[in-house]
Amino acid sequence: MKLSRIFGPVGIVWFLLTLGVIAYATKLGLILAPVDALQGNVFRIIFYHVPHSMLSLLFPYINLAASLCYLYWRQRDPLKALTADAWAISSAEVTVLYASICLWTGMLWGRVEWGLWWTWDARLTSMLLLWLLYVSYLMLRKLSATGQTHTLAAVLSVFAAIDVPIVYMSIKWWRTQHPAPIFFSGDPDAKMDPSMLPAFLWNIVGWAMWGIFLLCFRYALERRRQAREQDAALQAIEASLELAQ
Amino acid sequence: MSYFGHVLCHLRKDLQLEWRSRDSINGMLFFSLLVVVVFSIAFDPTAAISRQIAGGILWVALLFASITALNQAWTRELRNRVLDAQRMSPAPPSAMFLGKALANFLFVVVVELVMALPFFFFYNLHALGQGWLMLVIMPLGTWALVCNGTFFAALGLRTRNRELMLPLILFPISIPALLGMMQATTAVLTGEYEPGLWIRLLVAYNIAFTTVCLLLFETILNAE
Repeated sequence: MKLSRIFGPVGIVWFLLTLGVIAYATKLGLILAPVDALQGNVFRIIFYHVPHSMLSLLFPYINLAASLCYLYWRQRDPLKALTADAWAISSAEVTVLYASICLWTGMLWGRVEWGLWWTWDARLTSMLLLWLLYVSYLMLRKLSATGQTHTLAAVLSVFAAIDVPIVYMSIKWWRTQHPAPIFFSGDPDAKMDPSMLPAFLWNIVGWAMWGIFLLCFRYALERRRQAREQDAALQAIEASLELAQ
Repeated sequence: MSYFGHVLCHLRKDLQLEWRSRDSINGMLFFSLLVVVVFSIAFDPTAAISRQIAGGILWVALLFASITALNQAWTRELRNRVLDAQRMSPAPPSAMFLGKALANFLFVVVVELVMALPFFFFYNLHALGQGWLMLVIMPLGTWALVCNGTFFAALGLRTRNRELMLPLILFPISIPALLGMMQATTAVLTGEYEPGLWIRLLVAYNIAFTTVCLLLFETILNAE
């Protein structure tokens, strides 16, 4: 199967552009950004870790929006509902991927800086729980009976969305060890050195583009799977009609 | 019949079924007793350590025990296609859910009342905080487990590996509630900090999820 049949020329251009931005961002992050005064070269992992953690908090919103659209269209417009469901599963899978990368790179950094692979700190635990929630979402999709999967998964997604703020608050009441966030923290002293900022921003752009590419690619695949399923169902109906004659 | 009448009707039916068979309660009782004994042997705790870990062990035992009962809760309705009959009836589906959840809640409360004594004996417990607060924490924690548990048991009713599915989706969602009940219980047992914050968390969790369960139950009952 040719790539262009799934995705079209726009997708291929987007893909190549993404590769270019990621390459440039990696060069900025690994070579051009100055060495951190306290951490040395180890800090460079933040150019990879922080964009992934930010984006893994963004994709669940797409999942929730798609799930709510699915529940709304379920009986009113089943074809639109299937589109929403394809967005829901693609965003859930990208969330799990990005959260896994965030957790793994965070552990690598923690091993060097803290001497620990893992600690039950507020931010680490909430991220782990987010990961667990979306893995259980994917498990439900895998195990549930055909025909019910979409609805059950959409309902679970709503539950997960309500759970996230409660998780966030409950975990926050534990003592925190994670370095305080330097963006949106409300602390005027906490800010990134301006010479590191371009590397950081380019990495966010690059990994966001990559996430969008994966999301759309997975969406296209899911739509093809749905179309095949519909064809098979139609053929089965036609065959049963021929038998009846 | 009013909405409340439907709820009572379902509740009465479930209580009657359980009274005749006593499957769920007996199963849960023995299961939680086993968990308590196994943990007691595994950790061999002194009185001081007991206070630190008993809150966690208590809720883990109740969580596992209620999973065994929750898995059975809806299977009863599958026999003779009772569930399909209920789906066709004009009664509000959420009333059926509420009745079932209340019945499960009562079963787990009975288990808690019976288990309280062996639990205190095996772990030599003596609450250093305000012991009466357990009368608030236990029902709140139990409802947090049972309400979502009943909902997810219905959600997983037609999945493959039904028994496996329930813990897989119930545990991740329940983690904040588990954290709340364990922290509150430990606070009462050790008297080292105030359980008020965690009780408020449990109340918020219960209000949020009971509402969503009632609103979405019809959707998952007719998810085809």
